[in-house]
Amino acid sequence: MKFLERIVENMEPKFAKGSKLEKLHPVFESFMTLAFTPKEVTKKGSHIRDGVDLKRTMMTVIIALIPCLIFGMVGAGHWHYVANPTSDVDVTNFWADFGPKILYGLTVLLPLIIVSYGVGLTVEFIFAIIKGHSLHEGFLVSGLLIPLIMPADVPLWMVAIAVAFAVLIGKEVFGGTGMNIVNVALTARAFLFFAYPTSMSGNSVWFGGQPDGFSGPTALGDLATFTSDDKTSWAFQSVSDFAEVYTMEASWMGYIPGSIGETSAVACLIGAAILLFTGIASWRVMISFFAGGLAMSAIFNAWGANEFMLLEPLHMIALGGFFFGGVFMITDPVTACQTNTGKFIYGFLGGFLSIMIRVFNPAYPEGVMMAILFMNIMAPTIDHYVVQSNVKRRLKRLKTA
Amino acid sequence: MSKTIKLRKGLDIRLLGEAEKVKTSVDAPETVAVKPPDFHLMTPKMEVKAGDKVKAGSIIFHNKYQDSVKFVSPVSGEVAEIVRGAKRRILEVVIKADSEIQYEQKTVPALEGMSRDDVLKTLLDSGLWPFIRQRPIDIIANPDETPKAIFISAFDSAPLAPDMDFIVHGQDEFVQKGIDVLSKLTEGKIHLNVKGNGAPDAAFMNAKGVQINNVYGKHPAGNVGIQIHHIDPLNKGEVVWFINPQDLIMIGKYFSTGMFDASKIIALTGSEVKNPKYIKTVIGTNIKKLIADNIEGDNVRYISGNALTGEKIEADGYLGYYDNQITVIPEGNQLKFVLTKGWLAPGFDKFSNSMLFPTWLTGSKKFRLDTNTNGEERGFVVTGEMEKVFPMDIYPMFLVKAIMVNDIDAMEQLGIYEVAPEDLALCEYVCTSKVNIQSVVREGLDVIYEECM
Repeated sequence: MKFLERIVENMEPKFAKGSKLEKLHPVFESFMTLAFTPKEVTKKGSHIRDGVDLKRTMMTVIIALIPCLIFGMVGAGHWHYVANPTSDVDVTNFWADFGPKILYGLTVLLPLIIVSYGVGLTVEFIFAIIKGHSLHEGFLVSGLLIPLIMPADVPLWMVAIAVAFAVLIGKEVFGGTGMNIVNVALTARAFLFFAYPTSMSGNSVWFGGQPDGFSGPTALGDLATFTSDDKTSWAFQSVSDFAEVYTMEASWMGYIPGSIGETSAVACLIGAAILLFTGIASWRVMISFFAGGLAMSAIFNAWGANEFMLLEPLHMIALGGFFFGGVFMITDPVTACQTNTGKFIYGFLGGFLSIMIRVFNPAYPEGVMMAILFMNIMAPTIDHYVVQSNVKRRLKRLKTA
Repeated sequence: MSKTIKLRKGLDIRLLGEAEKVKTSVDAPETVAVKPPDFHLMTPKMEVKAGDKVKAGSIIFHNKYQDSVKFVSPVSGEVAEIVRGAKRRILEVVIKADSEIQYEQKTVPALEGMSRDDVLKTLLDSGLWPFIRQRPIDIIANPDETPKAIFISAFDSAPLAPDMDFIVHGQDEFVQKGIDVLSKLTEGKIHLNVKGNGAPDAAFMNAKGVQINNVYGKHPAGNVGIQIHHIDPLNKGEVVWFINPQDLIMIGKYFSTGMFDASKIIALTGSEVKNPKYIKTVIGTNIKKLIADNIEGDNVRYISGNALTGEKIEADGYLGYYDNQITVIPEGNQLKFVLTKGWLAPGFDKFSNSMLFPTWLTGSKKFRLDTNTNGEERGFVVTGEMEKVFPMDIYPMFLVKAIMVNDIDAMEQLGIYEVAPEDLALCEYVCTSKVNIQSVVREGLDVIYEECM
């Protein structure tokens, strides 16, 4: 590594203050710090510091996303071949003909990832140069989350616009990593959802390279038809018919169509295990999110006003983006509540509202996105009341003393 | 009535280089310095100039804005130099020490007959007053105020901190005398807080006129601020005073003998010290003789105090006024390659409170940590990590953010009166975003002092 070190040391003066490439110092610094922890030492205060830093934290989230990423690739391939049957690929079994499926999945995901990182990092670098600091690591995770919450058939230019919008309006205008109010990845998805609804929802976007006329709704899209009074528009006769097609096992394993990375609850759970073990995601938020979702589903179950509500709670949460949202989105520490008590309230309401929006509003079968964005905005308010109760408690100490 | 405090939050950083329990002595230092910056927010007004002869206990400067608070020379000799920094701020008053210390001999009347004012005046005139410090703000106590209580933390829980029980052993008489002096200063209680899990020295356990509280837990359990918070919390407008055990002994000695005896026992610790040990020396000693032939390598950092809150000094620098410890650790000014020692390395050489490093696998292994920040400064991202090491009913991150935006109302509500920088030292240690939290807290306290005191 000595020779790399020498390269870095030779290059450093070229970017130093007063030299020609001074303006590009943040870019140099960003790449340099990927390879080396800088020489920076503590000056005062604590002379020793914990080994942990934001790079390692973010990297761990990326590792936790890998099961979803791989599953998403296989899924993208599988549903492509379902929509475009060929004799070479077996679509009766999800895991059969793994090779061609994952290869197709790669052709879908790789461009998405390249566009997402390419556009996002470009915007980030422009801001880094303007503000004169090195690249902050937040986008390393957002850049991978965004492809995973897109439908397989989304046009790349849309992704590019959405990423640019999310990074610019969702994050950088507030001051960059750590300052944003709403989740960056979900901002990108919400932007596309409202700007180009036909490419983000409906029956023709979930199966990659889908031929014209092929109708391929998601499980949630089918469920949403239950809310109509007109029984002829129902996708299934009853919720038990639905559960025969989209079985509990298929829903948990992820053998159902949906956004690329969100379908498999099991893959999300592997990621969840990594995040919870390392403590990056708050168990308070995650557990209460699932508790909230199950509670709302159970209430609907007991109420039973329509067929949709009769779906079993454990089945309900396995569909759509509930698991992906609960593991990777709502746990984003920047946009979540920061107090421990607040985290419980925040997570619970997030899960509760996800299922409520999903069932009550057929226009948004994916309630998770809306619920999490809404809770992001509510989080500071929840924190405010938690902190105020702490302030009052300590004031009371004076009166009783 | 004694209280038992059990703290679950905190962190003991396992560093290499704990001092072996032997008391050694070295030759008397050639120079000794009193450093005005050790007394935060105090502006010195010199009473001596270079070349003047002083004895141990002679006044060398006083507080420019509070004449009664005087500072004395710890040794006898000649004022060698008054070192000034930017804006002519006085950084060090260096005294060339005699080989044999001459004391300024005073007569102190019997304590029993003295009123509060007499005791106060004796403490102020003798230069003992700066040992008594106050919360809030964490500065020298204001003699015009009356504290609601006085706290003595009888143990130090910081990394590699000296064992106070070992240091005070056999000084029962002076500890008691010191406590008797303090008891004249307050109507309230004197709290002596001893380590719950351990056998506190008889000098503490047999003390009369104090409430002895047992404090259990990891660092920062030994911080007086944490103890105050759990035993007799500070509210706005209240003041408590606190003092170190060794400084208490100096007060006790003065009231017994009439001499300002600045000798103390300090621990020489840290991974770069060949033989970590206890050394008998004086306040403000030059550390050159203390560390002679006992340091590995030369790319090291000398810290007066512990690794979390101490002050960086040079190899021929001076011990801080209140410090009981010198820590020597390696400097971290090298590039660290990502896969071997950087952010993607397995990290068996790093001590981390997060589960991202295998520290939890290493049992009771001790670590050789350097001064590298292990990452660059960022905005706050990770939440909840500070709460794990901050055993107060206060939200540290909210408080720090309130200070950063200079919101005085919010600072007051969030509990700035109860904290000192040292209480948040562990928060600074664990911070993923590498924010210099202690400096931020100090700035906040300075603002509060200016605006609200």
